[in-house]
Amino acid sequence: MKDPKRLSKIISYIILAPILAFFVAPILWLLVTPFSLRPSLFISISKPTLNNFIRVFQNKTAINAFKNSVIISVGVVLLVTICALFAAYVLSRHYFKGRDILLYILVLFSSIVTGVAAMVPIFMLNLRLGLIDKELGVILTIAGGMLPTSIFILKDFFDSIPRSFEEAALVDGSSPLQIMFKIFLPLSSKGIIVIAMLVFAQSWSNFLIPFILLRTHTKYPVSIAIYTFFTEVGVPDIGMISAYALLYTAPVIVMYFLVERKFGFSFYGGIKG
Amino acid sequence: MQKKYLIGKKAVVLLLIPALILISIFLIFPAIWVLKLGMTNETLTGIKAREPDFVGFENFLRIFSDRFFYNALRISLLFVFGSAIVGQAGLGMILALLTYRKSRRLRTTVQSIVILAWIIPEVVVAYLWIAFLDKDFGTLNVTLSWFGFEKVNWFYNHPILTIVLFNTWRGTAYSMLLFSAALETIPPSYLETADIIGTSAWRKFKDIVLPNIKSYIFTDLILITLWTFNVFTPYLLTGGGPAFKTELLPIYIYRNAFRYFKIGYGSAISTVVLLINLLLAIFYITLSRRKRT
Repeated sequence: MKDPKRLSKIISYIILAPILAFFVAPILWLLVTPFSLRPSLFISISKPTLNNFIRVFQNKTAINAFKNSVIISVGVVLLVTICALFAAYVLSRHYFKGRDILLYILVLFSSIVTGVAAMVPIFMLNLRLGLIDKELGVILTIAGGMLPTSIFILKDFFDSIPRSFEEAALVDGSSPLQIMFKIFLPLSSKGIIVIAMLVFAQSWSNFLIPFILLRTHTKYPVSIAIYTFFTEVGVPDIGMISAYALLYTAPVIVMYFLVERKFGFSFYGGIKG
Repeated sequence: MQKKYLIGKKAVVLLLIPALILISIFLIFPAIWVLKLGMTNETLTGIKAREPDFVGFENFLRIFSDRFFYNALRISLLFVFGSAIVGQAGLGMILALLTYRKSRRLRTTVQSIVILAWIIPEVVVAYLWIAFLDKDFGTLNVTLSWFGFEKVNWFYNHPILTIVLFNTWRGTAYSMLLFSAALETIPPSYLETADIIGTSAWRKFKDIVLPNIKSYIFTDLILITLWTFNVFTPYLLTGGGPAFKTELLPIYIYRNAFRYFKIGYGSAISTVVLLINLLLAIFYITLSRRKRT
Protein backbone atom coordinates (compact mmCIF):
# COMPACT_ATOMS: atom_id res chain seq x y z
CA MET A 1 0.00 0.00 0.00
CA LYS A 2 2.73 2.44 0.96
CA ASP A 3 4.91 2.25 -2.11
CA PRO A 4 2.40 3.30 -4.77
CA LYS A 5 1.39 6.21 -2.54
CA ARG A 6 4.97 7.39 -2.21
CA LEU A 7 5.45 6.98 -5.95
CA SER A 8 2.41 9.11 -6.72
CA LYS A 9 3.74 11.73 -4.32
CA ILE A 10 7.11 11.83 -6.08
CA ILE A 11 5.43 12.03 -9.49
CA SER A 12 3.25 14.93 -8.39
CA TYR A 13 6.30 16.82 -7.08
CA ILE A 14 8.08 16.24 -10.39
CA ILE A 15 5.15 17.75 -12.29
CA LEU A 16 4.65 20.57 -9.76
CA ALA A 17 8.26 21.79 -9.74
CA PRO A 18 8.46 23.26 -13.28
CA ILE A 19 4.94 24.73 -13.02
CA LEU A 20 5.86 26.51 -9.79
CA ALA A 21 9.15 27.69 -11.28
CA PHE A 22 7.16 29.23 -14.14
CA PHE A 23 4.93 31.07 -11.66
CA VAL A 24 7.72 32.12 -9.32
CA ALA A 25 10.32 33.43 -11.79
CA PRO A 26 8.72 36.79 -12.75
CA ILE A 27 7.70 37.44 -9.13
CA LEU A 28 11.15 36.56 -7.79
CA TRP A 29 12.59 39.18 -10.11
CA LEU A 30 10.29 41.80 -8.55
CA LEU A 31 11.45 40.81 -5.06
CA VAL A 32 15.18 40.73 -5.80
CA THR A 33 15.90 43.47 -8.33
CA PRO A 34 14.89 46.51 -6.21
CA PHE A 35 17.60 45.56 -3.69
CA SER A 36 20.27 44.93 -6.27
CA LEU A 37 23.34 47.13 -6.59
CA ARG A 38 23.59 46.45 -10.31
CA PRO A 39 20.00 45.74 -11.35
CA SER A 40 19.47 43.91 -14.64
CA LEU A 41 16.66 42.08 -16.40
CA PHE A 42 17.96 38.77 -15.07
CA ILE A 43 17.30 37.60 -11.50
CA SER A 44 20.69 38.25 -9.98
CA ILE A 45 21.56 38.59 -6.35
CA SER A 46 24.39 40.96 -5.58
CA LYS A 47 25.24 42.98 -2.49
CA PRO A 48 21.92 44.31 -1.16
CA THR A 49 21.30 48.03 -1.24
CA LEU A 50 18.47 50.47 -0.56
CA ASN A 51 19.80 52.87 -3.16
CA ASN A 52 16.98 52.22 -5.63
CA PHE A 53 14.34 53.07 -3.04
CA ILE A 54 16.14 56.29 -2.16
CA ARG A 55 16.03 57.25 -5.84
CA VAL A 56 12.26 56.62 -5.87
CA PHE A 57 11.79 59.02 -2.96
CA GLN A 58 13.90 61.64 -4.72
CA ASN A 59 11.78 61.38 -7.87
CA LYS A 60 9.10 64.06 -7.78
CA THR A 61 6.91 62.41 -10.45
CA ALA A 62 6.94 59.13 -8.56
CA ILE A 63 5.97 60.66 -5.22
CA ASN A 64 3.31 62.85 -6.75
CA ALA A 65 1.76 59.83 -8.48
CA PHE A 66 1.60 58.04 -5.13
CA LYS A 67 -0.37 60.96 -3.75
CA ASN A 68 -2.76 60.83 -6.73
CA SER A 69 -3.28 57.09 -6.33
CA VAL A 70 -4.15 57.57 -2.66
CA ILE A 71 -6.67 60.31 -3.53
CA ILE A 72 -8.35 58.18 -6.21
CA SER A 73 -8.45 54.96 -4.16
CA VAL A 74 -9.63 56.56 -0.94
CA GLY A 75 -12.29 58.45 -2.88
CA VAL A 76 -13.58 55.28 -4.51
CA VAL A 77 -13.50 53.36 -1.22
CA LEU A 78 -15.53 56.01 0.64
CA LEU A 79 -18.05 56.41 -2.14
CA VAL A 80 -18.55 52.70 -2.78
CA THR A 81 -18.65 51.66 0.88
CA ILE A 82 -21.20 54.28 1.91
CA CYS A 83 -23.49 53.85 -1.12
CA ALA A 84 -23.26 50.06 -0.94
CA LEU A 85 -23.99 50.06 2.79
CA PHE A 86 -27.28 51.98 2.35
CA ALA A 87 -28.37 50.04 -0.71
CA ALA A 88 -27.49 46.63 0.74
CA TYR A 89 -29.40 47.42 3.94
CA VAL A 90 -32.55 48.22 2.00
CA LEU A 91 -32.20 45.30 -0.40
CA SER A 92 -31.61 42.87 2.45
CA ARG A 93 -34.40 44.03 4.78
CA HIS A 94 -37.09 45.52 2.64
CA TYR A 95 -39.17 43.83 0.01
CA PHE A 96 -40.61 46.16 -2.61
CA LYS A 97 -42.15 45.63 -6.02
CA GLY A 98 -39.48 45.19 -8.66
CA ARG A 99 -36.72 44.29 -6.23
CA ASP A 100 -35.92 41.00 -7.93
CA ILE A 101 -35.85 42.64 -11.36
CA LEU A 102 -33.55 45.33 -9.98
CA LEU A 103 -31.21 42.68 -8.60
CA TYR A 104 -31.24 40.83 -11.93
CA ILE A 105 -30.42 44.01 -13.85
CA LEU A 106 -27.56 44.74 -11.46
CA VAL A 107 -26.06 41.26 -11.87
CA LEU A 108 -26.43 41.38 -15.63
CA PHE A 109 -24.98 44.84 -16.23
CA SER A 110 -22.15 44.47 -13.75
CA SER A 111 -20.92 41.38 -15.59
CA ILE A 112 -21.38 42.77 -19.12
CA VAL A 113 -20.12 46.32 -18.81
CA THR A 114 -16.40 46.13 -18.22
CA GLY A 115 -14.24 49.20 -18.49
CA VAL A 116 -12.58 47.53 -21.46
CA ALA A 117 -15.74 46.82 -23.48
CA ALA A 118 -17.26 50.21 -22.69
CA MET A 119 -14.15 52.40 -22.86
CA VAL A 120 -15.51 54.53 -25.72
CA PRO A 121 -18.90 55.48 -24.18
CA ILE A 122 -17.23 55.90 -20.77
CA PHE A 123 -14.78 58.37 -22.29
CA MET A 124 -17.56 60.24 -24.15
CA LEU A 125 -19.71 60.39 -21.02
CA ASN A 126 -16.89 61.96 -19.03
CA LEU A 127 -16.21 64.34 -21.93
CA ARG A 128 -19.83 65.52 -21.99
CA LEU A 129 -19.89 65.88 -18.20
CA GLY A 130 -16.71 67.95 -18.26
CA LEU A 131 -14.87 65.31 -16.22
CA ILE A 132 -11.98 64.60 -18.59
CA ASP A 133 -8.60 65.14 -16.91
CA LYS A 134 -10.26 65.34 -13.50
CA GLU A 135 -9.68 62.87 -10.68
CA LEU A 136 -13.41 63.06 -9.89
CA GLY A 137 -14.21 61.47 -13.27
CA VAL A 138 -11.88 58.56 -12.55
CA ILE A 139 -13.35 58.12 -9.06
CA LEU A 140 -17.00 58.17 -10.21
CA THR A 141 -16.35 55.83 -13.14
CA ILE A 142 -14.49 53.22 -11.09
CA ALA A 143 -17.04 53.51 -8.25
CA GLY A 144 -20.00 52.96 -10.59
CA GLY A 145 -18.36 49.83 -11.95
CA MET A 146 -17.62 48.33 -8.54
CA LEU A 147 -20.85 49.18 -6.74
CA PRO A 148 -23.04 46.22 -7.80
CA THR A 149 -20.59 43.54 -6.66
CA SER A 150 -19.97 45.43 -3.40
CA ILE A 151 -23.72 45.64 -2.79
CA PHE A 152 -24.10 41.88 -3.34
CA ILE A 153 -21.29 41.00 -0.95
CA LEU A 154 -22.63 43.32 1.76
CA LYS A 155 -26.19 42.11 1.20
CA ASP A 156 -24.97 38.56 1.85
CA PHE A 157 -23.47 39.71 5.17
CA PHE A 158 -26.70 41.52 6.13
CA ASP A 159 -28.86 38.54 5.15
CA SER A 160 -27.02 36.45 7.73
CA ILE A 161 -27.94 38.76 10.63
CA PRO A 162 -30.95 37.27 12.47
CA ARG A 163 -34.16 39.29 12.35
CA SER A 164 -34.74 38.86 16.08
CA PHE A 165 -31.93 41.36 16.75
CA GLU A 166 -33.66 44.25 15.08
CA GLU A 167 -37.07 43.18 16.39
CA ALA A 168 -35.71 43.54 19.90
CA ALA A 169 -34.35 46.98 19.13
CA LEU A 170 -37.65 47.96 17.54
CA VAL A 171 -39.45 47.04 20.75
CA ASP A 172 -37.00 49.28 22.59
CA GLY A 173 -38.15 52.11 20.36
CA SER A 174 -35.12 52.51 18.11
CA SER A 175 -35.66 54.13 14.70
CA PRO A 176 -34.65 52.25 11.51
CA LEU A 177 -31.55 54.41 11.09
CA GLN A 178 -30.53 53.76 14.68
CA ILE A 179 -30.99 50.06 14.03
CA MET A 180 -28.72 50.30 11.03
CA PHE A 181 -25.94 52.10 12.87
CA LYS A 182 -26.25 50.28 16.19
CA ILE A 183 -26.91 46.74 15.01
CA PHE A 184 -25.98 46.32 11.37
CA LEU A 185 -22.73 48.25 11.30
CA PRO A 186 -21.06 46.49 14.24
CA LEU A 187 -22.36 43.06 13.22
CA SER A 188 -21.22 43.38 9.64
CA SER A 189 -17.96 45.23 10.28
CA LYS A 190 -16.21 42.20 8.82
CA GLY A 191 -18.08 42.63 5.55
CA ILE A 192 -17.40 46.34 5.45
CA ILE A 193 -13.67 45.81 5.94
CA VAL A 194 -13.64 43.16 3.21
CA ILE A 195 -15.42 45.50 0.78
CA ALA A 196 -13.20 48.46 1.64
CA MET A 197 -9.99 46.48 1.15
CA LEU A 198 -11.05 44.80 -2.09
CA VAL A 199 -12.30 48.08 -3.54
CA PHE A 200 -9.08 49.80 -2.48
CA ALA A 201 -6.92 47.12 -4.10
CA GLN A 202 -8.93 47.23 -7.32
CA SER A 203 -8.96 51.00 -7.74
CA TRP A 204 -5.31 51.23 -6.69
CA SER A 205 -4.45 48.74 -9.47
CA ASN A 206 -6.72 50.15 -12.17
CA PHE A 207 -4.87 51.17 -15.30
CA LEU A 208 -7.34 51.65 -18.14
CA ILE A 209 -9.75 54.20 -16.63
CA PRO A 210 -7.11 56.80 -15.63
CA PHE A 211 -5.25 55.96 -18.85
CA ILE A 212 -8.15 57.10 -21.03
CA LEU A 213 -9.56 59.86 -18.79
CA LEU A 214 -6.47 61.74 -17.56
CA ARG A 215 -4.23 63.94 -19.74
CA THR A 216 -1.97 65.95 -17.43
CA HIS A 217 1.20 64.25 -16.14
CA THR A 218 0.86 65.75 -12.67
CA LYS A 219 -2.51 63.99 -12.25
CA TYR A 220 -1.32 60.50 -13.16
CA PRO A 221 -1.69 57.75 -10.56
CA VAL A 222 1.15 55.25 -10.02
CA SER A 223 -0.17 52.78 -12.63
CA ILE A 224 0.21 55.34 -15.42
CA ALA A 225 3.48 56.71 -14.01
CA ILE A 226 5.09 53.25 -14.10
CA TYR A 227 3.84 52.73 -17.65
CA THR A 228 5.36 56.02 -18.80
CA PHE A 229 8.61 55.17 -17.00
CA PHE A 230 9.14 51.90 -18.82
CA THR A 231 7.89 53.02 -22.23
CA GLU A 232 9.94 56.23 -22.14
CA VAL A 233 12.51 56.80 -24.85
CA GLY A 234 16.06 56.12 -23.71
CA VAL A 235 17.42 53.56 -21.27
CA PRO A 236 14.86 52.84 -18.54
CA ASP A 237 16.19 52.96 -14.98
CA ILE A 238 15.56 49.32 -14.07
CA GLY A 239 16.54 49.69 -10.40
CA MET A 240 14.32 52.67 -9.77
CA ILE A 241 11.31 51.29 -11.69
CA SER A 242 11.46 47.91 -9.96
CA ALA A 243 11.74 49.52 -6.51
CA TYR A 244 8.80 51.76 -7.37
CA ALA A 245 6.79 48.78 -8.66
CA LEU A 246 7.46 46.85 -5.45
CA LEU A 247 6.35 49.77 -3.25
CA TYR A 248 3.22 50.06 -5.40
CA THR A 249 2.44 46.33 -5.27
CA ALA A 250 3.05 45.79 -1.54
CA PRO A 251 -0.23 47.27 -0.20
CA VAL A 252 -2.31 45.19 -2.65
CA ILE A 253 -0.64 41.95 -1.57
CA VAL A 254 -0.88 42.81 2.13
CA MET A 255 -4.58 43.63 1.81
CA TYR A 256 -5.41 40.53 -0.18
CA PHE A 257 -3.78 38.16 2.29
CA LEU A 258 -5.24 40.03 5.26
CA VAL A 259 -8.72 39.59 3.84
CA GLU A 260 -8.02 35.97 3.00
CA ARG A 261 -6.39 34.92 6.28
CA LYS A 262 -8.56 36.93 8.63
CA PHE A 263 -11.89 36.55 6.93
CA GLY A 264 -11.44 33.53 4.69
CA PHE A 265 -12.71 35.55 1.80
CA SER A 266 -10.81 34.72 -1.33
CA PHE A 267 -13.19 35.31 -4.20
CA TYR A 268 -11.52 38.38 -5.49
CA GLY A 269 -12.28 37.64 -9.13
CA GLY A 270 -15.94 38.54 -8.89
CA ILE A 271 -15.17 42.10 -8.00
CA LYS A 272 -12.79 42.75 -10.89
CA GLY A 273 -13.79 45.88 -12.75
CA MET B 1 -46.15 41.74 5.09
CA GLN B 2 -44.00 41.08 8.06
CA LYS B 3 -40.97 42.44 6.29
CA LYS B 4 -42.40 45.89 5.70
CA TYR B 5 -42.24 47.25 9.20
CA LEU B 6 -38.63 48.30 9.22
CA ILE B 7 -38.33 51.29 6.97
CA GLY B 8 -40.80 53.55 5.28
CA LYS B 9 -41.06 54.11 1.54
CA LYS B 10 -39.30 57.45 1.72
CA ALA B 11 -36.33 55.98 3.54
CA VAL B 12 -36.11 53.15 1.00
CA VAL B 13 -35.86 55.61 -1.85
CA LEU B 14 -33.39 57.84 -0.03
CA LEU B 15 -31.08 54.99 0.87
CA LEU B 16 -31.17 53.37 -2.56
CA ILE B 17 -30.80 56.52 -4.61
CA PRO B 18 -27.08 57.32 -4.25
CA ALA B 19 -26.06 53.84 -5.41
CA LEU B 20 -28.68 53.70 -8.16
CA ILE B 21 -27.71 57.10 -9.57
CA LEU B 22 -24.02 56.18 -9.72
CA ILE B 23 -24.75 52.79 -11.28
CA SER B 24 -27.23 54.15 -13.82
CA ILE B 25 -24.98 56.96 -15.00
CA PHE B 26 -21.60 55.26 -15.01
CA LEU B 27 -22.46 51.63 -15.69
CA ILE B 28 -25.85 51.21 -17.37
CA PHE B 29 -26.06 54.39 -19.41
CA PRO B 30 -22.74 53.90 -21.28
CA ALA B 31 -23.80 50.40 -22.33
CA ILE B 32 -27.00 51.72 -23.91
CA TRP B 33 -25.61 54.98 -25.24
CA VAL B 34 -22.91 53.08 -27.13
CA LEU B 35 -25.57 51.94 -29.63
CA LYS B 36 -26.45 55.52 -30.49
CA LEU B 37 -22.79 56.60 -30.64
CA GLY B 38 -22.17 53.69 -33.01
CA MET B 39 -24.76 55.12 -35.39
CA THR B 40 -22.94 58.44 -35.80
CA ASN B 41 -19.75 59.45 -37.54
CA GLU B 42 -18.56 61.29 -34.43
CA THR B 43 -14.83 62.02 -34.20
CA LEU B 44 -12.75 63.71 -31.52
CA THR B 45 -11.24 66.32 -33.82
CA GLY B 46 -12.43 68.20 -36.90
CA ILE B 47 -15.91 69.21 -37.97
CA LYS B 48 -17.59 65.92 -37.08
CA ALA B 49 -16.60 66.43 -33.45
CA ARG B 50 -19.05 69.32 -33.20
CA GLU B 51 -21.89 68.12 -35.35
CA PRO B 52 -21.77 64.41 -35.94
CA ASP B 53 -24.21 63.02 -38.53
CA PHE B 54 -26.55 60.15 -37.96
CA VAL B 55 -25.40 57.38 -40.26
CA GLY B 56 -27.65 54.51 -39.18
CA PHE B 57 -26.12 51.08 -39.46
CA GLU B 58 -23.27 52.16 -41.74
CA ASN B 59 -20.58 51.54 -39.09
CA PHE B 60 -22.02 48.15 -38.24
CA LEU B 61 -22.09 47.13 -41.91
CA ARG B 62 -18.52 48.33 -42.32
CA ILE B 63 -17.38 46.00 -39.55
CA PHE B 64 -18.27 43.01 -41.70
CA SER B 65 -15.87 44.03 -44.46
CA ASP B 66 -13.10 45.29 -42.19
CA ARG B 67 -10.14 42.95 -42.36
CA PHE B 68 -8.61 44.48 -39.21
CA PHE B 69 -11.78 43.59 -37.34
CA TYR B 70 -11.55 39.98 -38.50
CA ASN B 71 -7.89 39.97 -37.55
CA ALA B 72 -8.73 41.23 -34.04
CA LEU B 73 -11.62 38.79 -33.69
CA ARG B 74 -9.43 35.87 -34.75
CA ILE B 75 -6.68 36.84 -32.30
CA SER B 76 -9.22 37.32 -29.50
CA LEU B 77 -10.67 33.86 -30.13
CA LEU B 78 -7.19 32.30 -30.18
CA PHE B 79 -6.35 34.21 -27.01
CA VAL B 80 -9.48 33.03 -25.19
CA PHE B 81 -9.07 29.45 -26.36
CA GLY B 82 -5.34 29.28 -25.67
CA SER B 83 -5.02 31.22 -22.45
CA ALA B 84 -8.40 30.71 -20.76
CA ILE B 85 -9.76 27.34 -21.83
CA VAL B 86 -6.53 25.41 -22.39
CA GLY B 87 -4.15 27.47 -20.24
CA GLN B 88 -6.00 28.65 -17.14
CA ALA B 89 -8.62 25.91 -16.85
CA GLY B 90 -6.16 23.17 -17.83
CA LEU B 91 -3.35 24.30 -15.57
CA GLY B 92 -5.84 25.17 -12.83
CA MET B 93 -7.19 21.63 -12.96
CA ILE B 94 -3.70 20.10 -12.92
CA LEU B 95 -2.74 22.21 -9.88
CA ALA B 96 -6.00 21.43 -8.06
CA LEU B 97 -5.53 17.69 -8.66
CA LEU B 98 -1.87 17.71 -7.66
CA THR B 99 -2.62 19.40 -4.34
CA TYR B 100 -5.80 17.40 -3.67
CA ARG B 101 -5.55 15.08 -0.65
CA LYS B 102 -2.05 16.42 0.06
CA SER B 103 -0.71 18.25 3.10
CA ARG B 104 -2.24 21.62 3.94
CA ARG B 105 1.19 23.25 3.82
CA LEU B 106 1.84 22.14 0.26
CA ARG B 107 -1.56 23.37 -0.89
CA THR B 108 -1.24 26.77 0.82
CA THR B 109 2.23 27.30 -0.65
CA VAL B 110 1.20 26.41 -4.19
CA GLN B 111 -1.99 28.45 -4.00
CA SER B 112 -0.27 31.50 -2.53
CA ILE B 113 2.30 31.61 -5.33
CA VAL B 114 -0.31 31.26 -8.07
CA ILE B 115 -2.57 33.84 -6.40
CA LEU B 116 0.31 36.36 -6.30
CA ALA B 117 0.44 36.33 -10.10
CA TRP B 118 -3.27 37.07 -10.09
CA ILE B 119 -3.36 40.06 -7.72
CA ILE B 120 -0.26 42.05 -8.67
CA PRO B 121 -1.40 45.25 -10.45
CA GLU B 122 -1.55 44.81 -14.22
CA VAL B 123 1.02 47.45 -15.09
CA VAL B 124 3.58 45.78 -12.79
CA VAL B 125 2.77 42.37 -14.23
CA ALA B 126 3.36 43.73 -17.74
CA TYR B 127 6.74 45.12 -16.72
CA LEU B 128 7.71 41.84 -15.02
CA TRP B 129 6.99 39.96 -18.24
CA ILE B 130 8.85 42.42 -20.43
CA ALA B 131 11.87 41.76 -18.19
CA PHE B 132 11.20 38.01 -18.02
CA LEU B 133 11.03 37.61 -21.82
CA ASP B 134 13.79 40.05 -22.81
CA LYS B 135 15.72 38.54 -25.70
CA ASP B 136 19.25 39.06 -24.38
CA PHE B 137 19.03 39.41 -20.61
CA GLY B 138 15.60 38.06 -19.65
CA THR B 139 15.41 35.26 -17.09
CA LEU B 140 13.64 32.85 -19.46
CA ASN B 141 16.19 33.08 -22.28
CA VAL B 142 19.18 33.04 -19.94
CA THR B 143 17.81 29.91 -18.25
CA LEU B 144 17.10 28.25 -21.61
CA SER B 145 20.63 29.02 -22.78
CA TRP B 146 22.03 27.08 -19.79
CA PHE B 147 20.37 24.01 -21.27
CA GLY B 148 21.85 24.73 -24.68
CA PHE B 149 18.82 26.36 -26.32
CA GLU B 150 19.12 29.30 -28.66
CA LYS B 151 17.85 32.64 -27.43
CA VAL B 152 14.33 33.37 -28.67
CA ASN B 153 12.88 36.75 -29.55
CA TRP B 154 9.51 35.96 -27.97
CA PHE B 155 7.65 39.18 -28.76
CA TYR B 156 8.77 39.22 -32.38
CA ASN B 157 8.72 35.57 -33.41
CA HIS B 158 5.94 34.12 -31.23
CA PRO B 159 3.65 37.07 -30.45
CA ILE B 160 0.42 35.12 -29.87
CA LEU B 161 2.12 32.37 -27.88
CA THR B 162 3.68 35.11 -25.73
CA ILE B 163 0.38 36.75 -24.75
CA VAL B 164 -1.24 33.33 -24.29
CA LEU B 165 1.54 32.22 -21.91
CA PHE B 166 1.38 35.55 -20.14
CA ASN B 167 -2.37 35.41 -19.59
CA THR B 168 -2.24 31.78 -18.46
CA TRP B 169 0.28 32.81 -15.83
CA ARG B 170 -1.83 35.80 -14.89
CA GLY B 171 -5.23 34.14 -14.48
CA THR B 172 -4.80 30.48 -13.50
CA ALA B 173 -5.50 31.27 -9.83
CA TYR B 174 -9.27 31.60 -10.24
CA SER B 175 -9.75 28.21 -11.92
CA MET B 176 -7.35 26.56 -9.48
CA LEU B 177 -9.25 27.90 -6.44
CA LEU B 178 -12.63 27.00 -7.91
CA PHE B 179 -11.55 23.46 -8.85
CA SER B 180 -9.88 22.94 -5.46
CA ALA B 181 -13.13 23.91 -3.76
CA ALA B 182 -15.07 21.65 -6.15
CA LEU B 183 -12.88 18.65 -5.39
CA GLU B 184 -13.64 19.07 -1.68
CA THR B 185 -17.32 18.40 -2.42
CA ILE B 186 -16.64 14.84 -3.61
CA PRO B 187 -17.42 12.38 -0.81
CA PRO B 188 -14.03 10.94 0.26
CA SER B 189 -15.45 7.41 0.38
CA TYR B 190 -15.77 7.34 -3.43
CA LEU B 191 -12.04 7.74 -3.92
CA GLU B 192 -11.11 5.59 -0.94
CA THR B 193 -13.09 2.72 -2.41
CA ALA B 194 -11.39 3.24 -5.74
CA ASP B 195 -8.01 3.21 -3.95
CA ILE B 196 -8.75 -0.15 -2.40
CA ILE B 197 -9.75 -1.73 -5.71
CA GLY B 198 -6.58 -0.22 -7.19
CA THR B 199 -8.22 1.91 -9.88
CA SER B 200 -5.79 3.80 -12.15
CA ALA B 201 -5.42 7.55 -11.71
CA TRP B 202 -6.93 8.26 -15.13
CA ARG B 203 -10.02 6.10 -14.44
CA LYS B 204 -10.47 7.81 -11.08
CA PHE B 205 -10.38 11.19 -12.79
CA LYS B 206 -12.69 10.18 -15.64
CA ASP B 207 -15.25 8.15 -13.70
CA ILE B 208 -15.34 9.79 -10.26
CA VAL B 209 -13.86 13.30 -10.29
CA LEU B 210 -15.12 14.59 -13.63
CA PRO B 211 -18.83 13.66 -13.29
CA ASN B 212 -18.91 15.10 -9.77
CA ILE B 213 -17.51 18.53 -10.60
CA LYS B 214 -18.96 18.99 -14.09
CA SER B 215 -21.13 21.98 -13.17
CA TYR B 216 -18.16 23.78 -11.58
CA ILE B 217 -16.18 23.29 -14.78
CA PHE B 218 -18.96 24.84 -16.88
CA THR B 219 -19.21 27.82 -14.53
CA ASP B 220 -15.46 28.29 -14.64
CA LEU B 221 -15.25 28.10 -18.43
CA ILE B 222 -17.98 30.68 -19.02
CA LEU B 223 -16.59 33.11 -16.46
CA ILE B 224 -12.97 32.96 -17.59
CA THR B 225 -14.08 33.22 -21.23
CA LEU B 226 -15.98 36.40 -20.38
CA TRP B 227 -13.08 37.87 -18.39
CA THR B 228 -10.37 36.90 -20.88
CA PHE B 229 -12.38 38.39 -23.71
CA ASN B 230 -12.29 41.69 -21.76
CA VAL B 231 -8.60 41.81 -20.93
CA PHE B 232 -6.54 44.87 -21.91
CA THR B 233 -3.22 44.01 -20.26
CA PRO B 234 -1.54 42.59 -23.41
CA TYR B 235 -1.58 46.15 -24.75
CA LEU B 236 0.90 47.07 -22.00
CA LEU B 237 3.17 44.23 -23.12
CA THR B 238 3.05 44.52 -26.89
CA GLY B 239 0.97 47.58 -27.83
CA GLY B 240 -0.89 45.22 -30.18
CA GLY B 241 2.17 44.58 -32.33
CA PRO B 242 4.29 43.53 -34.05
CA ALA B 243 2.27 44.35 -37.17
CA PHE B 244 -1.12 43.93 -35.39
CA LYS B 245 -0.31 40.31 -34.52
CA THR B 246 -1.44 40.70 -30.90
CA GLU B 247 -4.22 43.19 -31.56
CA LEU B 248 -7.11 41.81 -29.51
CA LEU B 249 -10.60 43.30 -29.99
CA PRO B 250 -10.24 45.67 -26.98
CA ILE B 251 -6.93 46.93 -28.38
CA TYR B 252 -8.56 47.45 -31.79
CA ILE B 253 -11.32 49.49 -30.11
CA TYR B 254 -8.64 51.54 -28.35
CA ARG B 255 -6.76 52.15 -31.63
CA ASN B 256 -9.88 53.35 -33.46
CA ALA B 257 -11.22 55.57 -30.71
CA PHE B 258 -8.07 56.98 -29.14
CA ARG B 259 -5.43 56.82 -31.87
CA TYR B 260 -7.59 57.61 -34.92
CA PHE B 261 -10.27 59.42 -32.88
CA LYS B 262 -13.04 57.53 -34.70
CA ILE B 263 -15.58 57.54 -31.88
CA GLY B 264 -18.47 56.34 -34.04
CA TYR B 265 -16.68 53.34 -35.48
CA GLY B 266 -15.03 52.51 -32.13
CA SER B 267 -18.48 52.52 -30.52
CA ALA B 268 -19.80 50.14 -33.15
CA ILE B 269 -17.05 47.62 -32.33
CA SER B 270 -17.67 48.21 -28.61
CA THR B 271 -21.30 47.28 -29.20
CA VAL B 272 -20.25 43.98 -30.75
CA VAL B 273 -18.03 43.18 -27.74
CA LEU B 274 -20.83 44.13 -25.31
CA LEU B 275 -23.26 41.87 -27.17
CA ILE B 276 -20.86 38.93 -26.93
CA ASN B 277 -20.51 39.71 -23.19
CA LEU B 278 -24.31 39.76 -22.91
CA LEU B 279 -24.63 36.30 -24.45
CA LEU B 280 -21.99 34.87 -22.12
CA ALA B 281 -23.52 36.57 -19.06
CA ILE B 282 -27.05 35.33 -19.77
CA PHE B 283 -25.65 31.85 -20.28
CA TYR B 284 -23.84 32.11 -16.94
CA ILE B 285 -26.77 33.52 -14.94
CA THR B 286 -29.21 30.92 -16.32
CA LEU B 287 -26.79 28.12 -15.51
CA SER B 288 -26.09 29.29 -11.95
CA ARG B 289 -29.81 29.74 -11.23
CA ARG B 290 -30.57 26.24 -12.43
CA LYS B 291 -27.80 24.92 -10.19
CA ARG B 292 -29.29 26.59 -7.14
CA THR B 293 -32.80 25.20 -7.55
